[in-house]
Amino acid sequence: MGLALTLEEMLAIQTYYADEKTKEHRSGLGLPSEPTDVELEALAQTWSEHCKHKIFAATVHYTDEKGESEEIHSLFKTMIHAPTVEIMKRRHDISSVFSDNAGAFHFDEEHDVCIKAETHNSPSALDPYGGAMTGIVGVNRDVLGTGRGFLPIFNTDVFCFGPPNYDGDLPGRLHHPRRIFRGVHRGVKDGGNESGIPTVNGSISFDDRFIGKPLVFCGTGGLAPRNLGDKPIVEKWIHPGDLAIMVGGLIGKDGIHGATFSSEGLSSASPTSAVQIGDPITQKRMTDFLIIARDRQLYNFITDNGAGGLSSSMGEMATECGGLSLDLAKAPLKYAGLAPWEIFLSEAQERMSLAVPPENLQAFLELAESMHVTAAVMGTFTDSGHLDLFYGDEQIASISMDFLHDGLPTLVLPARWNPPKDPEVENDDLPELSLELCKAILSRFNICSKEDWVRQYDHEVQGMSVVKPFCGEKADAPSDAAVLRPSLKHHKGLAVAHGLLPRYSDIDTYHMTCNVMDEAIRSLVASGADPDTALGLDNFCWPDPVKTAANPKGDYKMAQLVRSNQALRDMALATDIPCISGKDSMKNDYVDGDVRISIPPTLLYTAVATLPDVRRAVTVDFKNPGDLIVLLGSTKDELGGSEFYQHLGRTGHQVPQVDPEVAMARYRKVHSAMLAGLICSAHDLSEGGLFVALAESCFGGRVGAHLQWQSELHPLRFLFSESASRLLLSVSPEDLDALRNELEDEPLTIIGEVTESPSLEFLDQKLPLEKLFDAWRTPLQSLE
Amino acid sequence: MKPRILILTGVGINSNRELAESFELAGAEAVSHHISEVEARPELLNEVQGLAFPGGFSYGDHIASGKILGNLVKSKAGHLLQGLKERGTPMIGICNGFQILVKMGWLPQNDDQPVQQASLTHNDSARYENRWVELGVDPAARAKSPWLQGLESFECPVRHGEGKLVLGNDDDLNRLEDAGLVALRYLKDGQPTQEYPHNPNGSWNAIAGLIDPSGLIFGLMPHPEVAIHPHQHPRWSRRGLADTPSTLQLFKNIVEHLKSR
Repeated sequence: MGLALTLEEMLAIQTYYADEKTKEHRSGLGLPSEPTDVELEALAQTWSEHCKHKIFAATVHYTDEKGESEEIHSLFKTMIHAPTVEIMKRRHDISSVFSDNAGAFHFDEEHDVCIKAETHNSPSALDPYGGAMTGIVGVNRDVLGTGRGFLPIFNTDVFCFGPPNYDGDLPGRLHHPRRIFRGVHRGVKDGGNESGIPTVNGSISFDDRFIGKPLVFCGTGGLAPRNLGDKPIVEKWIHPGDLAIMVGGLIGKDGIHGATFSSEGLSSASPTSAVQIGDPITQKRMTDFLIIARDRQLYNFITDNGAGGLSSSMGEMATECGGLSLDLAKAPLKYAGLAPWEIFLSEAQERMSLAVPPENLQAFLELAESMHVTAAVMGTFTDSGHLDLFYGDEQIASISMDFLHDGLPTLVLPARWNPPKDPEVENDDLPELSLELCKAILSRFNICSKEDWVRQYDHEVQGMSVVKPFCGEKADAPSDAAVLRPSLKHHKGLAVAHGLLPRYSDIDTYHMTCNVMDEAIRSLVASGADPDTALGLDNFCWPDPVKTAANPKGDYKMAQLVRSNQALRDMALATDIPCISGKDSMKNDYVDGDVRISIPPTLLYTAVATLPDVRRAVTVDFKNPGDLIVLLGSTKDELGGSEFYQHLGRTGHQVPQVDPEVAMARYRKVHSAMLAGLICSAHDLSEGGLFVALAESCFGGRVGAHLQWQSELHPLRFLFSESASRLLLSVSPEDLDALRNELEDEPLTIIGEVTESPSLEFLDQKLPLEKLFDAWRTPLQSLE
Repeated sequence: MKPRILILTGVGINSNRELAESFELAGAEAVSHHISEVEARPELLNEVQGLAFPGGFSYGDHIASGKILGNLVKSKAGHLLQGLKERGTPMIGICNGFQILVKMGWLPQNDDQPVQQASLTHNDSARYENRWVELGVDPAARAKSPWLQGLESFECPVRHGEGKLVLGNDDDLNRLEDAGLVALRYLKDGQPTQEYPHNPNGSWNAIAGLIDPSGLIFGLMPHPEVAIHPHQHPRWSRRGLADTPSTLQLFKNIVEHLKSR
């Protein structure tokens, strides 16, 4: 049946049905004492890992490397939610956290912005195009279903794939990474472009282990008036007597068991029928309608139909007022022949669920009809304490709301941390510095240009674009963050960026997490955003951290999850930048017999912040020959997990460390120097370190650079270290003193000068830019 | 009195808000109506002085880009549009809107029984792409069309997968050129070009936009409505924010034209 229930959960269900009160209630309604199929399916869906986040809610017994133990009651509550609540005592710009489909904050006097990111990994593994498309249009609906409805204004997408040139064996059911790449890209492209939502920020990351499960992160930001009627837009409510209405697409057999199948590992038995089929135009039509209905205040409550379909959306809505009576025979179907439980569970796309007060029903239905949008009145919200389902006249389910939502037993999970210590690469073992080495680094898949793929996304529809995905003289240097101007009434801007560093997890997920967050904030700051306005989203994609006989390293993976969450908490509290929403996907393994491919623990940290004036935004390209090149921040012997070590086939253990207080102080000063107009270009140092940032800034400006520096580090370590919190700036010579003033006490090194010569010169090297550019530009140009 | 421009919305059109903002910035009053609303209340067309078909993916561009909405407008509102044309109402179609006008047979030539004379088909690159292009205004068209007055060239982005303008044969192309109905061409270094990516789709004779013989109906693949503020330019951080983009002139031109009537 594919229920993905554990033994404890099945026993809890047995106990509920054996209870005398339950029996009496059921016999009064003419229901059998055993659970009906639709009840069992609804319980399995509601209790699935995908929907209930059991691992983040679990009690964890964590033991560190010294053997010291700690009991943690819910990673989510203690390390994500609690810090956010704490920070909200000091920050007053946040309007909704964790309780809704997306987190929201005040953008300006008149508008709120909300943001959410989701993953669609399992569907994309089976059907890359369909899985990815429904990923992006699905997260669009999250935004549309936040508060009383936000209009999507941008998308982000981050993919993790196996290397496209992989030539090893593929276990059963797995697609080649190249096929996944093409399909996922096309799905997100069509989904975003046809919806008229610009795709403004993203990245593609590669690792052999993503062959087992690709990661497809899709994010969306939304804009809405701060208040609607006399209440904030983020507030919504349901009164008993409100009508339960489904709008948008029709229900078919697509996407049945999506929530439960994605709560298990991928295997050769995974069903493709679990993947939904998307149609962005139906959703665009529905969106146009819903925004008008919202502005006319025709409904009280809205949420989307994603994983779990009506069972999830209507089931959760019923908790708002304490009950629901729903007739599944009223559901509009794509074709006849669906069993009632299939109607309830189907994840067919483009559907929203709403609560409409009876006095608005006629106006609501008339508006829907005039805009060719399907709207079906399926039932009435109640305060009966039960979820009552009917098919025509026949009652087919009645589950206590308390049991449905709170009856789930808490998991207890072991976590044991035992840090790996891969040896560092000795200086004597480092290769010679050469043009060939530099080209090899620039052509690595994680570093090279993704332009041919990103250009296929519409990034300018809606007209808000200020800093686009590519900048520079020929618009081919990658920007650090996207900057938008959402309202024409003023020049306030919104920036969005992200951090993702799965390979650091091979050393320590604590530092992986610190670096991921630092990278996202640094990218925002490099583009001109105010770091004190930043807010984050956490998206965890983990290999199964539940220790079992088949998954003996589960306790180590759980410890990695604990450490990542500890870092998220520590970083949030040190920077006052909280997470306002998030999501986790915890079963990213391929398992077939003896074969287990587990992804590296991956955290995507998406960050947003505002710019006081978009006209002060800064881009990564060097502007003028003669400008001075400034390296801000300390470069240390921190190549553990770096792209350079990866190139040498090594991991090392000296992973970059973040000092959040130092980083924030630096970012604030950079921001004020930008507002003063002192910085010509800024680029965050990330994969490939100083060398890659320099090369990209040169490519952008179609200029060269001449460098000299003093460092105790071996030149290759200086060039390729990925030490955190560093920025590469350029400044006009006449502004240097003023810049030094603004950046007082900061480790600021003038490492060279922008030149007209088409080469990058340092030590005894004179590297022709054209050769570097080709090495960087071409590796992913086509995947034929 | 501000001239009132009707912006059509719905069924997958998605560039309507920024187009409305462009007209407003140029001094017009933009009113947006869902296509089904216009279908139900055709008199709406009598209350406006201009009509705009924005970009998007009408009906998902299934079958072919712009085909379904083009047919729908032609069959249900063809006579109404004829009325607008007879009154000298300016119309603009951008991207999908241009595809609709071409597939309805309203561009380049149009008469009482419009037939499709050209098509916009898949880019030579076989890809949907978002990139900025430089456009040159054809002098013959400039002389004819109120939209193009005073404009030499301007920059704005293309965002399409089906923007290659093709005709039946070379004779048709020559007739189009002789009639002076080519409004815009893709430029490289100031000259019309077939070279990718400057000509992003391989359009014949680098054609990016057309007018009808009256000069009042204007269609183009690129998107001028997202190139009206200096900070929208991809190189603004290199060249500064001092100059208002000449693109805005397109919209101002038609407002002036309507005011002076």
